[in-house]
Amino acid sequence: MKSLSKLGFVYTIIAIILFFLCWTSCQTEPYKQGRKLYELHCQNCHQKDGNALMALIPPLAGSDYLIEHQEDLPCNIRHGMKHPIIVNGMPYEGEMPANKILTETQIANVINYINNAWGNKGPYVSYEDVLERLEKCKK
Amino acid sequence: MKKILICISLILIYFACAEPEKPLIPLGNVDYVERTENGQTLIDTVYHTVPDFSFLNQDGKTITQADFENKVYVSDFFFTHCPTICPTVKAQMLRIYNTYKGDDRFLMVSHTIDPVRDSVAVLKKYATKLQIETDKWYLLTGNKAELYETAHQHFVPAAEDKDAPGGFTHGGHIVLVDTKKRVRTYCDGTDPKDVDRLIKDIKRLMNEEFK
Ligand code: HEC
Repeated sequence: MKSLSKLGFVYTIIAIILFFLCWTSCQTEPYKQGRKLYELHCQNCHQKDGNALMALIPPLAGSDYLIEHQEDLPCNIRHGMKHPIIVNGMPYEGEMPANKILTETQIANVINYINNAWGNKGPYVSYEDVLERLEKCKK
Repeated sequence: MKKILICISLILIYFACAEPEKPLIPLGNVDYVERTENGQTLIDTVYHTVPDFSFLNQDGKTITQADFENKVYVSDFFFTHCPTICPTVKAQMLRIYNTYKGDDRFLMVSHTIDPVRDSVAVLKKYATKLQIETDKWYLLTGNKAELYETAHQHFVPAAEDKDAPGGFTHGGHIVLVDTKKRVRTYCDGTDPKDVDRLIKDIKRLMNEEFK
């Protein structure tokens, strides 16, 4: 009798731990696919913390340019960027390569990730938004 | 009494298992050369060393091994148009730079593997944007074959490859070289934890070399 209630106690503890593990992993990770795509396609340049590289590559964390140019972002990701820009008052004139691999859904996922990572508070972007915004740079 | 014994054995186990710091043994082929001194045969251990080179830095000044005399240095290979790992490695090189830039026993050097595009002027612009000082961190360009040979002498792969992103393949290694031009260790410049280890190894090597 005594050993049975002990067993029950152990099971309860395990259940509670499992619940918390699942709960926290779902809570902290709303744009998981976006983060994975970011790590694969963007992190080399813009870095894990979104602060990029000095005056060579502009930051995404806290970037005013990112928030103000949401309309151009899908085209910029797909076709790259090569014109001088100003981010948070600092000039950049690097070259961001085109990314032809990402699908429209994946572009939406990656945008939602960078719009909300590192304390950013950008808007939610849907698959339809991306499709519509890509119309502008269809060749 | 029993408890004390358990405690002591736990402490002993801890010290037995704690990873000792690996000695920084020079990398590469080792030669054993015989020589005779006062009628006795002695055997010298000869390690791989980086041969001399002659490149231009971001100010257009010629840099050879004479500029590394009595210095410990780290070395990497990159190109400014690199779409893959280079910015990550540069961000990690900046961490090393910020740790040791005040120490005049230490130098840093980054070699381009794309000398056709990476002229002195291009490297100068890059250095300005990285906000680095020329006499602490050389960005070198020069003869392509010599640059690749220097990479290989540092045990870093580097080659032209039309199918690779950006047109070149190369390793993201950061290599630590001692005052005798021997390669002592290297790290994966894309892995911040491995770079932490290298930062400690630089200090260890300097303590050993400048006793
Ligand atoms: C090879 C390096 C590189 C890669 C990879 C890269 N970028 Fe960029 N990115 C740049 C550079 C350089 C600029 C500045 C371009 C300019 O000045 O015209 C830039 C600019 C930007 C900007 C606008 C400026 C800002 O800071 O807000 C955004 C947004 C952006 N990139 C997002 C991304 C996303 C998302 C990815 C992955 C899909 C990505 N980048 C991949 C180098 C890169």
